[in-house]
Amino acid sequence: MIAEFASLLLATVLVNNFVLVQFLGLCPFMGVSNKVETAMGMSMATAFVLTLASGCSYLTYHFILVPLNLEYLRTISFILVIAAVVQFTELLIRKASPLLHRVLGVFLPLITTNCAVLGVALLNINKAHTFIESLWYGFGAALGFALVLILFSAMRERLAAADVPPIFEGPAIGMIAAGLISLAFMGFAGLV
Amino acid sequence: MGSELLSNLLWPVAALLALGASFGALLGFAAVKFKTEGNPVVDQVNALLPQTQCGQCSYPGCRPYAEAIVAGESINKCPPGGEATIHALADLLNLEPLPLDAEHGIEQANTVAYIREDECIGCTKCIQACPVDAILGAAKLMHTIIASECTGCDLCVEPCPVDCIDMIELPTTLQNWSWPLPHQPSIIATDKLHGNAV
Repeated sequence: MIAEFASLLLATVLVNNFVLVQFLGLCPFMGVSNKVETAMGMSMATAFVLTLASGCSYLTYHFILVPLNLEYLRTISFILVIAAVVQFTELLIRKASPLLHRVLGVFLPLITTNCAVLGVALLNINKAHTFIESLWYGFGAALGFALVLILFSAMRERLAAADVPPIFEGPAIGMIAAGLISLAFMGFAGLV
Repeated sequence: MGSELLSNLLWPVAALLALGASFGALLGFAAVKFKTEGNPVVDQVNALLPQTQCGQCSYPGCRPYAEAIVAGESINKCPPGGEATIHALADLLNLEPLPLDAEHGIEQANTVAYIREDECIGCTKCIQACPVDAILGAAKLMHTIIASECTGCDLCVEPCPVDCIDMIELPTTLQNWSWPLPHQPSIIATDKLHGNAV
């Protein structure tokens, strides 16, 4: 049981990392990775949303959509669930840490359109996960997202001071760096 | 056929409506529960400003400037605070520190106003100008300045009809001395062994 959950976590964090291997959630990955502090705040907010949203969408699917034979409505209802959870998170962050709220700015409501969040909710249904597994899968995805985002933001802080040739400056070298870590993460394939 | 179509249409719409309504209700409840009074960031910004109330930033005082900063005004308009304030604000708000905007004045040493008392005619004009009520006096009577209240904002110098107010530099004492800032290069160059700094 425990080994199963550990391997599920390892698989979502490293082997099937949502950002670098499945290429979901790339917009915040490029958008909020300029500073390590911001990246940490974004990771925490996304982790909260991902875990909560995967649980809520599981409940919505199995207790509302399946009894009514409305499985085909899952995408639109999951979007509804995610939007509500993100709004809730925004209210919570505004109360708990106004500074983080200001720093994250527009990227906080944009978690709604983070495809990793919807991706996790839909994959949970495809893989027929149980409720606990869904939560765990969402949490693992969030952990992988956080790991990659923080690593990448640390790299970009170094890149900002590095002697980059003029044509590669700014986002261009960021994209190249992202591609290189993605290659590195491909090395985890077959670990689990 | 007609009823089948109706039920095919009705249930999905009803389910989505119910879902939306329940989430709306939850969010409405959360909005009331986690309500925030005012903007706490303004207080934090205000605490970093020097509270000279001098108006050199073109705002009527430090608090209005703090509100403007939170709303997106640039952070380099405070000459009394100088570079130290700009860096503190940049840290707090996660912005890039900017050089002081010379349009609003340049950073000066701490000063305090002094009234040459035998020349004062008691016109009370400087009392009205003082933003922190640091000037004592009455009409036709000599005025004087409470040195510990004076923020050195210069606002009383201009209205004085007989030009009897001097700005005196504060002597450096053990109480107000601080380490001089080290000279800062424009970029931390550990990664630049050679080549042109950008």
